[in-house]
Amino acid sequence: MSELDHRFRRGHDDLGLRRALPGRLLPALVAAMAFLAALAAAGVVATAHLATQWQHGALAAVTIQVPRPGEPAADDAQDQTRRAAVQAVLAATSGVSVHQLDEGELADLLRPWLGDSAERLSLPLPAVFALHLADPDRDLAALTTRLDQAAPGTLVERHELWRGRLAALARSLQAAAGLALLLVGGIAVAAITVATRAGLAARREAIELVHQIGAPDRFIAQRFAARASLLALIGGTIGALAALPVLLILAWLAAPLTGLTPRLATLALLLPPPLWASLLALPAAAAAIGWVTAQATVRGWLALLP
Amino acid sequence: MVRLDNIGLDYGPPGGGGHTVLSDISFALPQGGFSWLLGPSGAGKSSLLRLLMLAARPSRGHLEILGADIARARRGALPGLRRRIGVVFQDFRLLDHLSAFDNVALPLRLAGRPEGQVRADVAEMLHWVGLFERAEARPAELSGGEQQRLAISRAVIARPALLLADEPTGNLDDAQAERLMQLLHELNRLGTSVIVATHNEALVARHPAAALRLHHGRLAQAAPA
Ligand SMILES: Nc1ncnc2c1ncn2[C@@H]1O[C@H](COP(=O)(O)OP(=O)(O)OP(=O)(O)O)[C@@H](O)[C@H]1O
Ligand SMILES: [Mg+2]
Repeated sequence: MSELDHRFRRGHDDLGLRRALPGRLLPALVAAMAFLAALAAAGVVATAHLATQWQHGALAAVTIQVPRPGEPAADDAQDQTRRAAVQAVLAATSGVSVHQLDEGELADLLRPWLGDSAERLSLPLPAVFALHLADPDRDLAALTTRLDQAAPGTLVERHELWRGRLAALARSLQAAAGLALLLVGGIAVAAITVATRAGLAARREAIELVHQIGAPDRFIAQRFAARASLLALIGGTIGALAALPVLLILAWLAAPLTGLTPRLATLALLLPPPLWASLLALPAAAAAIGWVTAQATVRGWLALLP
Repeated sequence: MVRLDNIGLDYGPPGGGGHTVLSDISFALPQGGFSWLLGPSGAGKSSLLRLLMLAARPSRGHLEILGADIARARRGALPGLRRRIGVVFQDFRLLDHLSAFDNVALPLRLAGRPEGQVRADVAEMLHWVGLFERAEARPAELSGGEQQRLAISRAVIARPALLLADEPTGNLDDAQAERLMQLLHELNRLGTSVIVATHNEALVARHPAAALRLHHGRLAQAAPA
C-alpha cells in the first residue's frame, strides 16, 4: 500500500487541497502561536534558571552577628576575643564556607540607613559572618548552641522564609509559563482543526467520490495531514525566526542580572542551550501538531461515511 | 457474485422512524452477467444501486457482493471491494477542479498503476469515447453528453469486476447510446458483471437481457428476459 500512497503523493493534487487548505491563513495563525510559544518557553527556561539560582545562591546564606566582637570571650582563659571564638567554632564546622564582612562591606550594608558617615559615628558595630551551607536544608540547632557557648549573645539568622517565598514565586512563574505553553498548543490544535474542517467542507464532493471509488480512510487522511503539517511547519519556522531577535534583546537586557557580560560576538551564548533547543524544536512541534490534528479530524469525519 | 436476501432499506434515522424505500428484495446475479434495472421514477433504482456500490448498508436482510458478506465485513475491507466496482452516477459526480484527463485517471492512480500506463490507458479511453481533444477541459466546460461519456470512462477505466450504471444514456443521442452498449457488451465479454438502470425502453427492446423490475421499492420481476 505504500506504493499506492507514493504514486498518489507525486504531485497529483487530486483532492484539490492546495485551494481547500490555502497557504496563507493557517501559516499566519501558526506563526503567531509559535511566536507566543517561544516567549512562553523562554519564560519556563528563565524561571527554572532563577529558581535554581535562588535555591543555591546568596539566599542559601546564613548570617551570624557577634555583638561586641572585641571583648574577651566569656569563659576563655587565653584572652581570646569573642570574634575569634566564633571564628574558631566556624572553622571547626564542616560543610560550610565562611566569609567575614570587612568594614567596607558593613558600611555598604548600613549606608541606606546611616549614610556615608557610618564609619565616623563610631557605633559599636557587630562582627558579621556570611555562611554558605553546602546543604541548604541543614539543621543549624547544634551550631547555634555551640556559637552561643563560645560567645553568648551571638545571633544566627537564617533566610529561610525568603528562600521559601522566592521558591514559591519561581514555581508559580514556571507553572504560569508552562500553562501558557499548553494553551498555545491547544489553540494551535483548535485552529488546525477548524482549518481542516473547512477544507473537508470545501472538498466534500471530491472526498465522497474518492471514498466511493475505493480510497481508504488512511489515504485521504494522509493527504490532508501532509498539507496541514507542511503549512504548520512553515508557520512554526516563521514564528520561531520572529521570536529570535525578541528573545536576544530580552537576554541582552537580563544579562547584567544573570552575571553574563553581553558581547555581540557571543550573542549565541546569551540564550541558554535549553532555549535554543526549544526554538529549534518549535517548527517540528508545529508540523507534528498539524499532522496529528489533521489525521484525527479527517478520520473522525470519514468514520461517518459507510 | 451479487446476492440479495430479503433486503430492505430505510432512509432517515437508524433504528426506525425513517421511510422505507426498499423491501423484501431477493435475487442473485452470476459473475459476468448483464442485467437491466427497470421501473418508474422513484421506484428505488438508484437506492438499490447505492446498496450494491457499498454507499449505504442495508437496513435489513443479507447482502453479498463480489463474494463478501457486507453485513459482516469490517469497514476496512470495503475500500478494496469498492475499487473493484465501477459506477456511472446518475448525476455524473465529476470533480470540477480536475481536467477531464485527471478525472478518468483517478481510479487507476488510486489502484497504484504506474503513471506511464495511466497515461496510455486514459488516452486510449478518451479516444474511444471521442473526448481526446477535450482531455484538458474542465467538466464544467463540457456538454451534458460529454460529461456523461466522461463519467462512463471513469467507471470502466480500471476494468471493474462489477459495473453499475445509473441512467447512463440520459444525455446521449441514439448513436452514442448504441456505442455505449457496445462498450458494455465488450466489458461483459471480458468478465465484468453489468447492471444498468434505465427508463430508456427502446434501448432495452433493442438489447434484450435479464431484467430486474422495481415497483414502489419491491421487486416486480426478477426473471431472465
Ligand atoms: N437520500 C434520501 N433520503 C430520503 N429519501 C430518499 C433519498 N434518496 C431517495 N429517496 C427517496 O427514495 C425513493 C426512491 O428514490 P430513488 O432515487 O432510488 O428512485 P429511482 O428509481 O432512482 O428514481 P429515478 O428514476 O427518478 O432516478 C424516492 O421516493 C425518493 O424520494
Ligand atoms: Mg435514480
